[in-house]
Amino acid sequence: MTLPAAAQLLQYLISGLTLGSVYGMIALGFTLIHNATGIVNFAQGEFVAFGALIALSCSEAGLPMPLAVLTAMAAVTLLGAALERTAIRPARGASVITLIIITIGASILLRGIAMWQWGPNALPMRHFSSEAPIHVGPASILRQHLWIMGIVLATMLGLWLLGERTQVGKAMRACAVDREAAQLVGIPAARMVMLSFALSGMLGGLAGAIVAPLSMGQYNMGIMLGLKGFCAAILGGIGNAPGAVLGGLLLGTLESLGAGVCSGMKDAVAFGIMLIVLLVRPTGLLGRKARQGGTEARR
Amino acid sequence: MRAKSKRYCRLAAVAAAAATLPLVLPSEYAVHLAVVIGINAIVALGLNLLMGYAGQVSLGQAAFVGIGAYASAILSAKAGLSPWIGVAAGAALGGATAAAVGIPLLKLRGHYLAMGTLGFGMIVQIVMVQWEDLTEGTIGVMSIPPLSVGGLEFDSELRMYYLVAASAVLSIALASNIIDSRVGRAMRAVHGSEVAAATSGVDTARYKLQVFIMSGAMAGFAGSLHAHHAAYVHPDSFGFHYSIQLVVMVVLGGMASIWGAIFGAGAVTLIGEQLRSFQEFSTIIFGSVLVAIMVFMPAGLWRGSADLIGRLVGSRGGGGKGRA
Repeated sequence: MTLPAAAQLLQYLISGLTLGSVYGMIALGFTLIHNATGIVNFAQGEFVAFGALIALSCSEAGLPMPLAVLTAMAAVTLLGAALERTAIRPARGASVITLIIITIGASILLRGIAMWQWGPNALPMRHFSSEAPIHVGPASILRQHLWIMGIVLATMLGLWLLGERTQVGKAMRACAVDREAAQLVGIPAARMVMLSFALSGMLGGLAGAIVAPLSMGQYNMGIMLGLKGFCAAILGGIGNAPGAVLGGLLLGTLESLGAGVCSGMKDAVAFGIMLIVLLVRPTGLLGRKARQGGTEARR
Repeated sequence: MRAKSKRYCRLAAVAAAAATLPLVLPSEYAVHLAVVIGINAIVALGLNLLMGYAGQVSLGQAAFVGIGAYASAILSAKAGLSPWIGVAAGAALGGATAAAVGIPLLKLRGHYLAMGTLGFGMIVQIVMVQWEDLTEGTIGVMSIPPLSVGGLEFDSELRMYYLVAASAVLSIALASNIIDSRVGRAMRAVHGSEVAAATSGVDTARYKLQVFIMSGAMAGFAGSLHAHHAAYVHPDSFGFHYSIQLVVMVVLGGMASIWGAIFGAGAVTLIGEQLRSFQEFSTIIFGSVLVAIMVFMPAGLWRGSADLIGRLVGSRGGGGKGRA
C-alpha cells in the first residue's frame, strides 16, 4: 500500500510545482509594478485571463501555437502600457486608497469586456504538444507540465539578464531603489513606470497562455489566479523577485497537497497562508527587514 | 449647536420623504427595489464610515452581510427561534467577527489591508459553501419566516419597506452622530495622517477598530433584514462581486459623505437591476465608473459635479477637494 501513496504524493508534487511556477510568474508581474510605483495592481489577474483567452482564440483560428502565444503576449503587453497611460498616470500623486480603487475598477472593466467578448463559459485550448502523458516511475507527467516549467524557467532567466545586463533593466532597477535619484541622473522615470506595466502585462499574458491548456480559459479566471499570484508575492516578500518565484512554488505545492486532503478547501489554503504571512511576517520569507508591518511607500 | 439643529431638520425631511415615497412608487416591484436600496444603503453607510472617514479599505464587506444573513436564517428557519433574535444575532455576530478579524488585520495598511480583507471575504464564502451541516451548502437556506410585531407580520413589500426605511433613517442618524463625535474627529485625523494623529495622542488603532466593528455590525444587521425580506439566502449573494458593488456605492456617492452613500446605494442597485440580464455590461459600466471617478472626481459624483458646476459658474464656494 505504500507505493500508490508515494505515487500519489509525487503526482501532487508535479501538479503543485507546475501551478506554482505559474503563480510565481504572476507574482513577478506584481513585483515589477510594485517596485516601480508602490502600487499593488489588482488588474494583474485580468492580464492573465486576457493572455489565456487571446491565445486560445488565436489557436482556435488556426494560428500555429508559438504565434498564438506571442500574439497573446504582445496584446497584453499593450494592454498593460495602456492601463498605465490612461488610468495610472493621470492619477499620479493620488492617495493609496484612490490608486487601489483605480486598479480594482480597471480589473472589473477588463473582466466585463472579457465576458462580453468570450461569453461566460470556460473554453478549452489545445496543448502545446501531444496530450499523451509521459510515465516516470509510478507517476505520469503531462507534456504541458514540462512546457510550463521550461517556459517559466526561460522567462526568469530572460528577466534576470534584462535586469543585470541591459541599460533599460538597470534603469528600471534604479527607479525601484530611488525614483528621484534616478530622475536626477537622467533616467526617464515616467517611461520606466510605463515599461514596468508593459512588462508585467507581458508576464501575465504569457502565464495565461501557458496555463490555459490545463485550466481552460474563462472571463473570470483572473480573480483567483491574480489572488494566488499576490499570495505568492506576499509569501516570498513583496518586491523581491526570487522571493516571488519561491513563494509561487511553495504556494502551488502546499495547495496541491492541501487539495489531496480536502479538495473543497483548496482555495481557503492559499488565503489562509496569505493571512498568516501578512500577520506574522509581513516582509515574507525573503523580504527585507526595513519595511516593517506592511508599511508601504506613498509616492 | 446650529449645525446640530440643521442636521435634525435634514433628518426629519429625509424621514418624511421616505414615509411618502411608497405613495408615488408605481408598482410593487418598485417598492421591492426601494427595500433592496434601503438594505444596501445601511451597508454602504457603514462601509463609508470605514473608507471615507477612517481611510481604511475593506474588500470583504459582503462577508459581514453574509454572516448576518446566515445567522438570521439559521436561527429562525432552522432553529425555530424568533426572527428578532436572528436580527439581533446578525448584527452582533457581524460586529463580533469584525472585532476578531479587525484586531490582527487592521495592523496592515493600504494595499495589504485591501488584500487581507479580500482574502477574509473569500474564506467566509468558501465556508458558507463547505459547512453544509449548518448552511446547506450551495442549496442555501430556504423558507425564512418574516419579521413580525405582535401579530403584525412584515410579509408584504410595503410593510418591509417601512421597516427598512426606519432602519435606514436610524442608521443615518447614528452615522452622523458618530461623525460629529470625538470618535469622528479622531477618525478624520487618522485619515489625514495616522502618524500626526498618533503623535497628538489619538489612539489610532482603537478608533480604527471601533469603526470597523461598527461597519461590520451595520452590515450584519442589513444582512439579517435581507434574509427576512428575501426569505432565502445563498452563498453566491455574498461574494466578491457584492463586496465590489458596495465599494462602488461608496465611491460613486463620494467618500466621506453620508448622503453620497445613500445616493450611491440607489444608483448602483438600480443600474445592476436594469442590466440584470446583461451582466457583462453592468460589469463594464461599474468598472469604467470606478476608474473615471477616481481619476477625475475623487470626491465622488455628487460633490464632484457640484464642484464642476461651481467652477463653471465661477462662484468660489465649491471647495470640496478636501474631506468633510
